[in-house]
Amino acid sequence: MSVLFSLRDVGIEYDGTPVLVGVSLDFRSAEFAAIIGPNGAGKSTLLGIMAGLRGGSSGTCTYRDAPVSRWNRLAFARRVAFLPQSVRMEFPFTAEQVVLMGRTPHCDGLFESPADWDAVERAMTLTDTLPFRRRDFRSLSGGERQRVILASAVAQQPEALLLDEPTTFLDLKHQVGIYRVLRELARQGMLVIAVTHDLNLAGTFAGRIIALHAGRVAADDAPQNVLAPELIHGVFGVAAEVHRTADGRTWMLYGE
Amino acid sequence: MANSAGTPSLTARSAPAATRRRFRVALAISAAAALAVLCLAPLVGSTTIDYGRAFAGASPDHEILFDTRLPRVLLALVAGGALATAGVLFQALLRDALATPYTLGVSSGASLGAVAAICLGWRDVGHLPALWVAAFCGAGLVLLLVLGIASEGRRMSSFTLLLAGVSINTICLAAILFLQYIANFGQSFAIVRWLMGGIDAVEYSTLAWFSGLVLPAVLLIFLRARDWNLMAVGEDWAAARGVSVSRLMITGYVLGSFVAGSVTALTGPIGFVGLIVPHALRMRLGADHRILLPCAFFTGAAFLAASDTVARTALAPTEIPVGVVTALLGGPFFIWLLRSKRRSLWL
Repeated sequence: MSVLFSLRDVGIEYDGTPVLVGVSLDFRSAEFAAIIGPNGAGKSTLLGIMAGLRGGSSGTCTYRDAPVSRWNRLAFARRVAFLPQSVRMEFPFTAEQVVLMGRTPHCDGLFESPADWDAVERAMTLTDTLPFRRRDFRSLSGGERQRVILASAVAQQPEALLLDEPTTFLDLKHQVGIYRVLRELARQGMLVIAVTHDLNLAGTFAGRIIALHAGRVAADDAPQNVLAPELIHGVFGVAAEVHRTADGRTWMLYGE
Repeated sequence: MANSAGTPSLTARSAPAATRRRFRVALAISAAAALAVLCLAPLVGSTTIDYGRAFAGASPDHEILFDTRLPRVLLALVAGGALATAGVLFQALLRDALATPYTLGVSSGASLGAVAAICLGWRDVGHLPALWVAAFCGAGLVLLLVLGIASEGRRMSSFTLLLAGVSINTICLAAILFLQYIANFGQSFAIVRWLMGGIDAVEYSTLAWFSGLVLPAVLLIFLRARDWNLMAVGEDWAAARGVSVSRLMITGYVLGSFVAGSVTALTGPIGFVGLIVPHALRMRLGADHRILLPCAFFTGAAFLAASDTVARTALAPTEIPVGVVTALLGGPFFIWLLRSKRRSLWL
């Protein structure tokens, strides 16, 4: 599998406070990686640097061997999609129009082509957002909005998908549903990188978990190796019990 | 959660067609409104004229219809359309539904230029009135000034743009107040009259160069409609979809300010058109700028030209400042629109 993102010694600081320090990671296509870590560990910042939205970092962050900052924005957007935590919407765009915006990098006319509409249709089917396609985005619930912006990123048909907490506001069914979709996209060849706080979902669906702690990579391995009591305590400061199912999957209880 | 892509449903197949149909209907209605005002507004006025004589070229009916009323209606149409377009654009750029063409200072710059020309008694340049030239220069200076302040290196965000625009706006307004304070009685009256804004009959040559400046800029704004959609959601949102945000922000600010500044130079500040027309249309048509912008142009044109017709006829022979009419007609209509829950293309 070809390496898409390659980070070497990436660091960034805000007003003298280091947020990321010496991060070196490689990401390949057909990979589903979850990034975990406590608040302020630098997860979103890392994703922002990879998406080319945060400047001012040291070290190198390349996509397909070219620095992300040097990529033409349009060419980059055809390959890499980014999903923000949430979108504050001022104007009455419908859910469908929000998803359609994901097609912008692929067409240059004033209106979308039938192929664009097909991509939108598929993305909305995949995220279960078709039932409210005509509704004002602002009238949707938090979870519905999150699925709509995920659909917008999927409609972009990228080869790499960067997601910042894609399931924060979702109910149980849709959390599982979205993770299934992400795993399926990775199986079809997409690189999927998701920042998340849900260790069990990450452990169940992702093939690789990266734990960030105080801006450094604390662990980068298969889920069963990262989701260990000592490591979770070291990173989150929370005691955890790890259980294994017969087929080798892990699930955790956190608590006292 | 559906796992397969599935076969597209019937409603989905018709989605693009529905979008285009909606676009055409909305465009046809608003264009028809502008056309209706263009045909009807010149027919009313403070003097009764004989249309047979007017079309036969007999004096003075011909002059009243073709040299006084028609150019005035045409100027109102172009100005109204341009103001509504600039309003839509600035609202998208600043992600603020309450932004107007005047929020970012360019019109205060135009007014300051005009007020300075009145106070200092500048003489006309050739056959161009000094007021227009000074107002145009004032708008241009403010545009450059705001750009210089708002851009950090070659980067610009809606936040820095808003701060720079609003501060320059405030400074210009203060300077206008100061000039008004030191002006003599006659100048003071001229200043107040200018600041009220108003549409006058202009020569066709003036109309031609004015339209030649403003309409291409309006067209350029239309053609970037998809980009304004992205910017209206957010800067990261737009950047992640392949837009270079700073460049687009600068392009939008320059185009919108050029349009708003040019209109203000000729008509003075006319409130409400750039705020109420975009708002009302967004409530009916949604936020897609591909539909919103052209409809706003035609509706703004119709609204200002109709308001100006009321302004020159309601209390004839006295004229009401057109800004008073746009607010008095538009305000209650807007409140009614806010109160009514129906959301359809037809009012």
